[in-house]
Amino acid sequence: MQIGIPLETLHDETRVAATPKTVAQLIKLGHEVIVEAGAGAKSAYPDAEYAAAGATIVGRAKAWSAPVVAKINAPTDAEIGQLPEGGMLISLIAPARNPELLAKLNQRKLTVLAMDAVPRISRAQALDVLSSMANIAGYRAVVEAANEFGSFFTGQVTAAGKVPPAKVLVAGAGVAGLAAIGTAKSLGAIVRATDTRPEVGEQVASMGGEFVSPRAITQQVSADGYAKEMGDDYKAAAAELYAEQAKDVDIVITTALIPGKPAPRLLTADMVASMRPGSVIVDMAAANGGNVEGSRPDEVVTTTNGVKIIGYTDLAGRLPTQASQLYGTNVVNLFKLLTPAKDGEVTVDLGDVVVRGMTVTDNGELLWPPPPVQVSAAAVPAVVEPAEDPAVRTAREARAAAGKARNRIVMSAIAAALVILAVTFSPASFVGAFTVFALAVVVGFYVVSGVSHSLHTPLMAQTNAISGIILVGALLQLGSTNIAVLVMSFIAATIASINIFGGFLVSYRMLSMFKKEA
Amino acid sequence: MLLQFVQGLYIVAGVLFILSLAGLSKQTTARLGNVAGMIGMGLALVATVIHSLNISATEDDRLPVWVTLVLIVAVLGIGAFLGTPIARKVEMTQMPELIAAFHSFVGMAAVLVGFNSFAVPGETGGGAVHMVEVALGVLIGAYTFTGSVVAYLKLSAKMKSQPLMLPGRNLINLTGFVGFLALMVWFVTVGEHNALLGWVLIIAIALIGFALGYHMVAAIGGGDMPVVVSMLNSYSGWAAAAAGFMLNNNLLIITGSLVGSSGAILSYIMCRAMNRSFISVILGGFGSEGGQVSSGAEETGEHREIDAATTAEMLWNAKSVIITPGYGMAVAKAQYPVADLTAKLRAHGVKVRFGVHPVAGRLPGHMNVLLAEAHVPYDIVLEMDEINDDFAETDVVLVIGANDTVNPAALEDPNSPIAGMPVLEVWKAENVIVFKRSMATGYAGVQNPLFFKENTHMLFGDAKERVDDILKALGK
Repeated sequence: MQIGIPLETLHDETRVAATPKTVAQLIKLGHEVIVEAGAGAKSAYPDAEYAAAGATIVGRAKAWSAPVVAKINAPTDAEIGQLPEGGMLISLIAPARNPELLAKLNQRKLTVLAMDAVPRISRAQALDVLSSMANIAGYRAVVEAANEFGSFFTGQVTAAGKVPPAKVLVAGAGVAGLAAIGTAKSLGAIVRATDTRPEVGEQVASMGGEFVSPRAITQQVSADGYAKEMGDDYKAAAAELYAEQAKDVDIVITTALIPGKPAPRLLTADMVASMRPGSVIVDMAAANGGNVEGSRPDEVVTTTNGVKIIGYTDLAGRLPTQASQLYGTNVVNLFKLLTPAKDGEVTVDLGDVVVRGMTVTDNGELLWPPPPVQVSAAAVPAVVEPAEDPAVRTAREARAAAGKARNRIVMSAIAAALVILAVTFSPASFVGAFTVFALAVVVGFYVVSGVSHSLHTPLMAQTNAISGIILVGALLQLGSTNIAVLVMSFIAATIASINIFGGFLVSYRMLSMFKKEA
Repeated sequence: MLLQFVQGLYIVAGVLFILSLAGLSKQTTARLGNVAGMIGMGLALVATVIHSLNISATEDDRLPVWVTLVLIVAVLGIGAFLGTPIARKVEMTQMPELIAAFHSFVGMAAVLVGFNSFAVPGETGGGAVHMVEVALGVLIGAYTFTGSVVAYLKLSAKMKSQPLMLPGRNLINLTGFVGFLALMVWFVTVGEHNALLGWVLIIAIALIGFALGYHMVAAIGGGDMPVVVSMLNSYSGWAAAAAGFMLNNNLLIITGSLVGSSGAILSYIMCRAMNRSFISVILGGFGSEGGQVSSGAEETGEHREIDAATTAEMLWNAKSVIITPGYGMAVAKAQYPVADLTAKLRAHGVKVRFGVHPVAGRLPGHMNVLLAEAHVPYDIVLEMDEINDDFAETDVVLVIGANDTVNPAALEDPNSPIAGMPVLEVWKAENVIVFKRSMATGYAGVQNPLFFKENTHMLFGDAKERVDDILKALGK
């Protein structure tokens, strides 16, 4: 199928949805690619390279008339008008924030796949634009901060004096945050990071950062891999943490975003005012209202006390060559999903959770929001039976448990009755022996129930040795005058005593090998 | 007076045995538990010797006291003379066989004690209850004997580990039990009055026990032997308890049922770890479904090989390493070089831990014993549940001689014979290096898709030699 790659018209957009390399990959999948003249110019991909990769360079109208159009930003009203009715559009949509846009696309009976609505499951990571762009943005945020910061990141001892290392606080340890941590760390800074999700602490540590969390408060474990809005007591604790950190660090990078909601306010004007002059803040959420009070989208604001707040919203676009390549690869991976036969035929299989999640409208049918997808991104294994109300499930489990308990009681009662019956009709000598037997059985169960796994073998050797107690029986018979009995008891006693000596010694040997590290 | 003294010693011995087992369930008290068991056994023997000599001195139909004493000393002497060197010399890798062999001794002794008890009913006299006890004791003893012998032969590879699959397997077992019940009823009714018929019947019962023990354990695949050994341990306890009933000896009853029930609960713990039904183990024939080769999808694909030097480099640069040993490590006796490797990497600052599957090896806890023998600190040797979540953050996993316990098919392929068994999820790590002799299947006869995963590398050859090679590569 023909795929059109138009030139991005949004102000300051530098990226493009396909590079010569990804064009070649799309052609391999059986597609035909037409690229608007100059589409890759700002990303340093000249038209000639596209042509060399097999694309046809066309005019604007032609690129938009392709049955499938892949681009970066959501289309403008005029652009929507250019799309053929019933056609297909692949771009960033932000469906949660743009209901009017959705309605317009739907009216045109378009099939729209939102690159920013990829479900967060492992299989879909290859086409997750949010991740690939956030990675770039996180890197760039540190570079921008370093650009505005008046000192080194790394600490040095030089002939001209000692330079302390910069202290960087990264708020939000998502993909962007982790990328920022890694970049700042590799520049030599001391990096700290916070997040509302305690489970990312290890990820922070793996990037070389130190995880700081607000004083003990029940934190949430994220079920879908994204952060959620927090309760009031948590917010208060977090504010305390930020106020404290603001006084200490040189650079703050905030990345906190909550899907479909305005960005949470992390740093207040007071906190910013408490920072040292020359400090730098990068507010990566500036486009969505900002994490930092006083940040302005696409601007660098210098506060009265000399703190610079960077509010660039195009951080990923500031690395256009790389960003286009990654975005383009994400698009290629999407097409691999859409053309499984590699024959250039695009099929939108709504049975696939990835495709279903991304498809916001399909031929006049509004499909946003998609059904929730349980995600493997969370640290906790989420085994949830779908479509069962938790209350119903609890009730069902309780019923099952009650049934089990009832069965157990009935069985125990029957067993008890049998025992009582058996004992009633037994001779007196048996009763005493049976009492001892019953008690010993119960003791045996309880004594061994908690055995540690590593001791299974020694325990078995020991019980084996103890079961050599049969020797006692054989010894008592050893004095018999009946020759057959004498011989048999002699053999029995001998092998039982081999068992006793061998068994105890073996388990002694094994146990002396277990040592704890000093 | 003397009798009461003997009973007092028996009670103390019984309590010491309980303390012994309780002590052995925790690492810190294990050695104390072992010693408690020895003391308990010592006291029990002293008491029994006194008791036996006393009987000889006071009752008719007994040998003179000094003859009895000589016989007892001879018995203990032979036991110490034969048992001690075996225990001293046995390789830790042969522990499963040894324990199985010891179980067979207890079983045989129980059979003989049962015969004797029939021949000379002793102080409690006969009676129907006594006859039932004799019949049960002989059956359990005989079952334990042949079962343990088969387990020993399978574990020491003197017999094929494939399950024996006779047609109508369960019917044979059922017939055996019904036959036993019929014989027992007959035995109880006529045995006391007709000695000859009684002997024929009790020997027939023993034969049924021998046949059942052989047949049921032979029907179990070698891979499931750990549970079988533990079950036989339990049976040997029940056999001793039955002997206690016959002889009306409380110490035997206490100790036998203690061993019997603790062995049963141990088997239960292991069954749960393998996701097997406890009932199917007790009834035998267990593991036979798994034994018939791969009903699962035939998994093939490309595997990647790696050499020792590259492995060494990978380990040296890793932050976190987990070693998952299996029976192959025991066979190759690779635990010593593995321990050296561990020490070396730890000294270099690599976090090295061991992940042990509950049924790794041929005996529960087998790996722990081997690693302990090689002086690996036991606090870095973790259980499956403790370590399974950590594989995702691990740089390198060394799979040394393990196969089925790291098979992803158990979780992913519902048709696999080992489906549902919890396994070590090694494939989640960044790199997995599998030490293996060849591409053959593991004990369960199931192909392992792990070998074809992208992050898996195969290091072929003898595990010990390969680990030595890695050590050499690290040495320079």
